[in-house]
Amino acid sequence: MSLLSASHICVRFGAEEVLHDVSLSLAPGEIVTILGPNGSGKSTLLRALLGILPVAQGSVSRAPGLRLGYIPQRLMIDRTMPMTVRRFLSLPARVSDQAAAEALARTGMAGHEADQMTQLSGGQLQRVLLARALLGKPQVLMLDEPTQGLDQPGEAAFYRLIEEVRRDTGAAVLMVSHDLHVVMAASDRVICLNGHICCEGTPRVVSTAPEYRALFGLGTQGALALYRHEHDHDHADEPHNHHHHHHDHTHA
Amino acid sequence: MLDDFLTRAAFAATGLSLATGPLGSFVVWRRMAYFGDATAHAAILGVALALATDLPIGLGTLVVALAMAVTVASLAAKGWAMDTTLGVLAHSALAFGLVAVSFFPTVRTDLSSYLFGDILAVSRTDLALIWGGSLLVLALIAWRWQALLTATLNEDLAHAAGIRPDRERLVLVIALALVVAVALKVVGALLIAAMLIIPAAAARSLARTPEAMALGATAIGMVAGIGGLALSLWQDTPAGPSIIVVAAALFALGSLRPRP
Ligand SMILES: Nc1ncnc2c1ncn2[C@@H]1O[C@H](COP(=O)(O)OP(=O)(O)OP(=O)(O)O)[C@@H](O)[C@H]1O
Ligand SMILES: [Mg+2]
Repeated sequence: MSLLSASHICVRFGAEEVLHDVSLSLAPGEIVTILGPNGSGKSTLLRALLGILPVAQGSVSRAPGLRLGYIPQRLMIDRTMPMTVRRFLSLPARVSDQAAAEALARTGMAGHEADQMTQLSGGQLQRVLLARALLGKPQVLMLDEPTQGLDQPGEAAFYRLIEEVRRDTGAAVLMVSHDLHVVMAASDRVICLNGHICCEGTPRVVSTAPEYRALFGLGTQGALALYRHEHDHDHADEPHNHHHHHHDHTHA
Repeated sequence: MLDDFLTRAAFAATGLSLATGPLGSFVVWRRMAYFGDATAHAAILGVALALATDLPIGLGTLVVALAMAVTVASLAAKGWAMDTTLGVLAHSALAFGLVAVSFFPTVRTDLSSYLFGDILAVSRTDLALIWGGSLLVLALIAWRWQALLTATLNEDLAHAAGIRPDRERLVLVIALALVVAVALKVVGALLIAAMLIIPAAAARSLARTPEAMALGATAIGMVAGIGGLALSLWQDTPAGPSIIVVAAALFALGSLRPRP
């Protein structure tokens, strides 16, 4: 059963074809990460899946009545619009004060209800966006570089929260990310995109694919080594593994 | 009570503010000032159309304003360079309208009432139309409020929540055309956009939420309406421009305050 799927889609801006023949499908409870260099069409793919951009060919299908939570890559709020964090959380569906407070507490923004949206720092804005996305009780979370601007503890907490949400609600997560280390540890499936799908599969399979190496070059060796290192310990030695995870998050 | 022309004028100004407060806030948030100008200027062309076809002035204005607003909105959706396009449309609509009405000698004599309004000559029928139209706009905006706000904040977020931003834009376009049609008598084609923007801009510095800004804009519009009439009576100045003068003064006062 799939919540959301794309079959052989092409997306064009004018004459330029930004995505060719992309197919993917998202099942409940899956965490799928899209990797790719700048301009490779990651955000475009998310926006096509959301129905924001029309597809020139192929088709997108969403389960009827699908609840989506979306964090766009950039959110510019016009300074002429007064908007508190609390008010923002009630758009478009109104939520109770208690639900709003809980969501903010969950994303580390407790007590920020009265702040103006335009005065939040980059990382604070990401946290508020996540709180709002969670309030909609989404079946699918679509996150476009959600950890941008988050500090290190914030980033680690963010991935823990995503994992928790998946476990508690069975939501599927489709995210774009550039943090190779974390992606490799936190995803069930990785899709490498560069206008088309270069390779996809479990993190382990993808990280050894020649297409992946061609895209991300030698600079990823470190990330790769770390990933293998962690996972080699995975089965052999639990306490060490825990230690290494910690190590990974603080020095990544 | 409505026998007195001054009372009718005061009611006309307050009624109009019910619509221009919330709609003007959207015009400010979406940076549609020029859009408002183009639509309002087209009203003069509507007057000419009404005279040529023996239609009521209000209906002619509504039709032409709606045509202009829909044209502009569809050009914007096609990604035209809006600043220039709107400038061209706004000014040519005015020029074409002025040339067109010059063929009707009756209008030539009181052209200024279409340009700057004639609030002191508002009849009971005009008053009914102003209140009816304003309440209709208010109801339309209140009905779509959450969706309109979300689409105004960010179209992608709206889409993801199942809202169609193009439909919400159409709601605003229709509301704008309605306001232009009813405001023509009150402040005239040249100052309708001012009546939308200035009270909303003045309310911005006092408000922390969109609702507070829309309410504030309505209240400031009403104060400007009454204050402008008083000024006009006291100094024998034209009523429409006097209303805008008071609104501008309130804006200046408001911007002295630090933003909350
Ligand atoms: N609205 C648009 N109009 C025209 N071209 C666009 C538009 N949006 C994106 N593009 C083009 O599509 C391509 C892919 O853009 P996209 O934003 O999807 O990249 P990305 O993979 O998300 O990049 P990044 O890592 O920098 O966020 C780019 O070449 C970009 O120039
Ligand atoms: Mg992107």
